Amino acid sequence: MAAAVERVRRLHRFELPALTGVLVREVINYSSYWRSATFSSTVEPTIYLLAFGFGFGSLVSTIGGYDYVEFVGTGTVATAVLFSSAFPAMFGTFVKYQFQRTYDAILAAPVDAEELVTAEALWMAARAGVYGCVPMLVAIAFGLDPAWGMLTVPLTGFLAGYGWACFGIAVAGFAKSIENFSYIVSAVLTPLFLVAGTFFPLDRLPHWAQVLGEINPLHHCVQLVRDAAFGTGSWIDLARVGALVVFAVAVWRVAIYAMTRKLVD
Amino acid sequence: MGGQLAIRLRGVVKRYGPITAVNGLDLDVAEGTCVGLLGPNGAGKSTTMRLLTAQAIADEGELEVLGFRLPGESKQARAHCGVSPQLDNLDVTLTVEQNLLVFAHLYRVPRGERREAIERALGIANLVDRRDSRVDKLSGGMRRRLLIARALVHRPRLLLLDEPTVGLDPQVRQELWALIDLLRAEGTTILMSTHYIEEAQRLADSVLIMSHGRAVAAGPPVDLVARHAGREAVEVYGPPERLAEAEAEARAAGFRTRRTGTSVSVLGIDAADGRAPQGERRPTNLEDVFVLLTGEAID
Repeated sequence: MAAAVERVRRLHRFELPALTGVLVREVINYSSYWRSATFSSTVEPTIYLLAFGFGFGSLVSTIGGYDYVEFVGTGTVATAVLFSSAFPAMFGTFVKYQFQRTYDAILAAPVDAEELVTAEALWMAARAGVYGCVPMLVAIAFGLDPAWGMLTVPLTGFLAGYGWACFGIAVAGFAKSIENFSYIVSAVLTPLFLVAGTFFPLDRLPHWAQVLGEINPLHHCVQLVRDAAFGTGSWIDLARVGALVVFAVAVWRVAIYAMTRKLVD
Repeated sequence: MGGQLAIRLRGVVKRYGPITAVNGLDLDVAEGTCVGLLGPNGAGKSTTMRLLTAQAIADEGELEVLGFRLPGESKQARAHCGVSPQLDNLDVTLTVEQNLLVFAHLYRVPRGERREAIERALGIANLVDRRDSRVDKLSGGMRRRLLIARALVHRPRLLLLDEPTVGLDPQVRQELWALIDLLRAEGTTILMSTHYIEEAQRLADSVLIMSHGRAVAAGPPVDLVARHAGREAVEVYGPPERLAEAEAEARAAGFRTRRTGTSVSVLGIDAADGRAPQGERRPTNLEDVFVLLTGEAID
């Protein structure tokens, strides 16, 4: 009887209740660790902002017509996005499947690996969108003029954060041990973080570094935030949004592949 | 609805590289019954459990859970199953109640029924007055009860228990047996894997003994014991040479025997009229069948 009724409604590949189930778990868990997460995601980029802004700022007062603190203040938004998405995704994902076995419990419920990865990435993207604004707010406190365009910054942070969260989940999915992460941090994240135009503009760099910069999703995030804050947007920004969407979709699929392989024998 | 199958496996094979964990398994679990999956470590019990939730995908064979074919319709099947895993995967920094709330969402309990579902689960786990305790403050037994109650929050039609009492004190184990027995009495269909024979004998309507990834015997415990070990056994004690001797004699006389470590059990002596060796008489049990069928030595 009950079985016959149930058979009528086939479950879809993506189900909203599956996504909200995973998100509810994250939100409830967040209530127990929000202090430390907020601290690491906001204080670190702010320290970069203050150190570079005032350290370098005393040598270089302006870049491209902008006050150096404003230049770095907008640039470190991308840093905050990266720190609040890629890093928690790598470590959190690994801990949740390896040590806490949370994902075993979730996949025994009517949730598939695809939905699990998507929900986890959405959650971290949302956090990245919020935490990403912190350096900009600090920069405003130090004299950056507020602008309407800044309202797009959480959205940019969300989009970039979704990609970086998926990147982190994929890394965790492929990693054999948590030590493997140091390769990714040293060889991938640190170079991308430095060649993103956060602390210095890319246009004075050698050609190859500029090319590298243009394929760096973090650089697109930096430029989108700056254009929004300084009102210097142009059609190129649409291409940058497009690049971030391509990045997000590509790593999303890779993350699903990696985690399915990891979680389903 | 008697006779309808909650689980139906036919010829299921699951390989991990060169290792065949499940090797042509047939398994039937009728609705409203409790079936014990019994076998030594490495027999394929946990792999079978993972196959039933599509957390492992079979290489060969047919799998049906609650009428849904796996792995294609697994999500539907999982919506009506509750799973209590062997390894505790509760969220330890959350409270008892928060853990249940999360699973009420994951198992799609409608908003209006969540409150009641959580209260019911707290009652099942006997943790009503610990609802606000963080899980890492609970005892091992409480955590186990919560793990089972968490699997019941959506009133599943089928409950999968993977080694529900492993590593627990005897007192705590008995407490959990009472809980499982209650669920059984309420009509929940249960598949329970265990390597504690007493657990299977007490709780299961029917037992499936696994060895090397396949079923070596299936049926109600009493029938299995009668069929393979007879009604009574004789324990012969002595030094190792004496045991080997007694074993050889009994086998020559056509009895089945098993070692217990300190003695040789000569089985099925009830029909022996006088031919049985001297020793301590005792009723046969499921352990006799288990050792007989899954091999004396662990390989």
